[in-house]
Amino acid sequence: MTDPTTLTAAELGGAIAAGDITAVEAAEAHYARIDAVDGAIHAFLHLDREGALAQAADIDRRVAAGERLGPLAGVPLALKDVLVQRGVPTTAGSRMLEGWRPPYDATVVTRLREAGVVILGKTNMDEFAMGSSTEHSAYGPTRNPWNTDRIPGGSGGGSAAAVSAFMAPLAIGTDTGGSIRQPAAVTGSVGVKPTYGSVSRRGLIAFSSSLDQAGPCARTVLDTALLHEAIAGHDPLDSTSIDAPVPAVVAAARHADVRGMRVGIVRELTGEGYQPDVQARFDESVELLRELGAEIVEVHCPNFVHALAAYYLIAPSEASSNLARFDGMRYGLRVGDDGTHSAEEVMALSRAAGFGAEVKRRIMIGTYALSSGYYDAYYGQAQKVRTLITRDFEAAFARVDVLISPTTPTTAFRIGERLDDPMAMYRADLATIPSNLAGNSAMSIPAGLDSDGLPVGLQIMAPALADDRLYRVGAAVETALNARWGGPLLDKLTVGGTR
Amino acid sequence: MTDAVLAYDEVLESYDPVLGLEVHVELGTASKMFCGCSTEFGAEPNTQVCPVCLGLPGSLPVVNAVAVESAIRIGLALNCSIAPWSRFARKNYFYPDMPKDFQTSQYDEPIAFDGWLDVEVPTDDGVRTFRVEIERAHMEEDTGKSLHVGGATGRIHGADFSLVDYNRAGIPLIEIVTKPLAGAGELAPEVARAYVTELRELLVGLGISEARMDRGQLRCDANVSLRPRWAEGEEPTPLGTRTETKNVNSFRSVERAVRFEMCRHAAVLSGGGTILQETRHFHENDGTTTSGRIKSDAEDYRYFPEPDLVPIAPDPEWIEKLRGTLPESPAERRRRLSEAWGFSDKDLQAAVNAGAVDLITATVAAGTTPDAARKWWLGELARRANETGADLDALGVSPVQVAQLQALVDAGRINDKLARQVLDGVLLGEGSPEDVVVARGLEVVSDTGALGAAVDAAIAARPDVAEKIRGGKVAAVGALVGAVMKATRGQADAATVKDLILARLTADS
Repeated sequence: MTDPTTLTAAELGGAIAAGDITAVEAAEAHYARIDAVDGAIHAFLHLDREGALAQAADIDRRVAAGERLGPLAGVPLALKDVLVQRGVPTTAGSRMLEGWRPPYDATVVTRLREAGVVILGKTNMDEFAMGSSTEHSAYGPTRNPWNTDRIPGGSGGGSAAAVSAFMAPLAIGTDTGGSIRQPAAVTGSVGVKPTYGSVSRRGLIAFSSSLDQAGPCARTVLDTALLHEAIAGHDPLDSTSIDAPVPAVVAAARHADVRGMRVGIVRELTGEGYQPDVQARFDESVELLRELGAEIVEVHCPNFVHALAAYYLIAPSEASSNLARFDGMRYGLRVGDDGTHSAEEVMALSRAAGFGAEVKRRIMIGTYALSSGYYDAYYGQAQKVRTLITRDFEAAFARVDVLISPTTPTTAFRIGERLDDPMAMYRADLATIPSNLAGNSAMSIPAGLDSDGLPVGLQIMAPALADDRLYRVGAAVETALNARWGGPLLDKLTVGGTR
Repeated sequence: MTDAVLAYDEVLESYDPVLGLEVHVELGTASKMFCGCSTEFGAEPNTQVCPVCLGLPGSLPVVNAVAVESAIRIGLALNCSIAPWSRFARKNYFYPDMPKDFQTSQYDEPIAFDGWLDVEVPTDDGVRTFRVEIERAHMEEDTGKSLHVGGATGRIHGADFSLVDYNRAGIPLIEIVTKPLAGAGELAPEVARAYVTELRELLVGLGISEARMDRGQLRCDANVSLRPRWAEGEEPTPLGTRTETKNVNSFRSVERAVRFEMCRHAAVLSGGGTILQETRHFHENDGTTTSGRIKSDAEDYRYFPEPDLVPIAPDPEWIEKLRGTLPESPAERRRRLSEAWGFSDKDLQAAVNAGAVDLITATVAAGTTPDAARKWWLGELARRANETGADLDALGVSPVQVAQLQALVDAGRINDKLARQVLDGVLLGEGSPEDVVVARGLEVVSDTGALGAAVDAAIAARPDVAEKIRGGKVAAVGALVGAVMKATRGQADAATVKDLILARLTADS
């Protein structure tokens, strides 16, 4: 039997449907892989072996009974710990929710179950998805499988590391300012932030409601598309969910052809501030696209330079309100309930003890930005900038089909390197944030390695509800680069000498 | 500590009151504002809750379409403009009974704005009409209900522990806010009461809420400020600092609270003091208010548009369709009833201000004449409501019971005095009027045989009066009737007694 952990999700799903591998074998093989390497990586916060194996056994029964299941039935997945799963501990990377077991499933989880996807466990993340390195997890950092001294990106570092270290072929991330794409870029995997409103946020513990979007992580563009299709679609229980058909992303991933497509290079997302290796891999990608028959156009998005500033007002403002409910009254951590403190004091003590420094920093920023007398200058102004950025995208997409840029200005930095410099940390999301502010779709795919052997990401951006274009371009670049490299980039990865 | 107050007349010599009334009404929708939980009153604590109304991590709100419809209908009934586009906002503050530690409300973009409601107040010079201008009506969700155990005040400070029932959390509320209401002068307390009463009638008429104040379905916060009087021809003096009195949970309390605050403000201002902008709590028992939370500029709710909800943009055609479903206004209804019942303006206005129109309507529907129904509700029952501080509809006697009571009187089985004793029994929960009559043995002595003896005795005791009646002075019969009633301890029917006496005396002649 082939080692199930080496297969893509598409291959594994096919093998399970054909009866060549059972879902239980697939789950057990991935747990064995996790047991072997996750001590060095720390991608998972919780493993639900019992639940996953029961679910896998159910899939096997249905396959044996001749039931026709979806392409991902029996395929294991790692779930970012910011999505609630009934009865399974969900912490969002925070002490505040240690031990909390949600009484309901996120809509994404429900859809995964319906697709027969087996949820192995919950992955590590920056606390409440605030960070770009997973160092802000209350449960310790996740390490980059390419180099364990390096960060795996964030906030969804656990999901990206799980996928790139072959602990799961699929993972769910959430992307508020780049938390799917930046980890994908620095771990050599694929990640997509779907159009805002196309994947339900119900059950996604909110960081910034107007920016948060759950999305797929995988090792190949096709696998990412299969997962995208499984989780997307209208949800009447999320008022911001778009009632429109899901773009045909799987068909697009199988249509790896960019001939005649117009691809825009965003001038504001290249050059100064971008590591030379990163810029070099990007330039090579541009050349490759030209060779593949795409028309390359240079576009300007002048307001993108204000994106980071606008983001760091809007996201913390919404977070300051979204995180208010963590007050120790109804669930989660409660401190000071010893009969000597008032309810208000218990709230304050619980929040002081339960939140980490970065979360507190953002709550403070957001509280300030929303305060009477400051609202117009900060939150109000940031919303105007957001509108301008959306218009920049609209103008650009009037000329081109997709936009491209490096996903991140640098490759994975060292653990600890930016912990004392929040601004340096925030700059990791320079190129990813505009798509969140505008609500359009974006993808990161591997573009090669830097001189230290660390992955570089290529970002592809498409208009809202044109997510299929990402997959068409992504699949074309992936196919061409794999041919050039003699196989997928992640085949070059060894973790702990076990591969 | 009780606050110093100035006599009401003195208040008005020096000051002019300005009011602002904020009324919260709980909608009678089957489900909550943002989730499918039941809104049924009186369930076991924390049994009507779900991840949404408990504010669990990851939960999202979905707007109740019926609540939006109700809000629009209220807006239309209050002569408001309906916003073609409005949004929810988050009002951020920490409190244990608020599951998300923010309230989903509407802020600068309410669904309805700029309306009015005319209210009528009876005065010695006839009925005066005041137009109360409406600033806005907006949608929001209710909070949970806290029960603070221990401590002296029943409030969170000083309590040993607190219990929270989240069944109420997320129940749809409409908050209706008036513009500053000036010019009512000495009638300010009555105008405040008349406004809340009229508003309740309108809401009940719309069928969107039972609007029972005793159940907290209709809650009023009364803002009161005083400004010094100004001479004719001069610019009005600037508005004074206001206080917001909460916990005003009956029509009568609205009037009392406004009156008390006017007298208290005047005492402070006349003594050279300043009014603190604060929340005050009203106490039903003695009609006073005490200081609550200080409202200062430091209180900052950090409102911002609710990102979990999309804007509400009602179709103009739908709005017009809803306008077509509005029932007659309370004023129109009153004119119609006034005609049907043959009431004077003053009688009808008294019924309105007592919150008795629906009760009289129901009593008439149960078979009582309008006049008799009015006498019950505005006479004996109003007196009792006044004694207990309850509103009429919370008194404990239903319109059907009142009709039954009157039917017993009409049938001659009890007289007015006995009827009051029967009412005592009904209010004590002894059952229907019929049950009380039987159980207490209150039926009038209608057995003419038994009465005959009492009548004969009375005639024998007063031969002078008997002589006058025989002589044609029938009016003198009253003295003999009185004697018989006394002898039977009121348990006789006066009309029957009179007939018996006259029959005997005319038979003799």
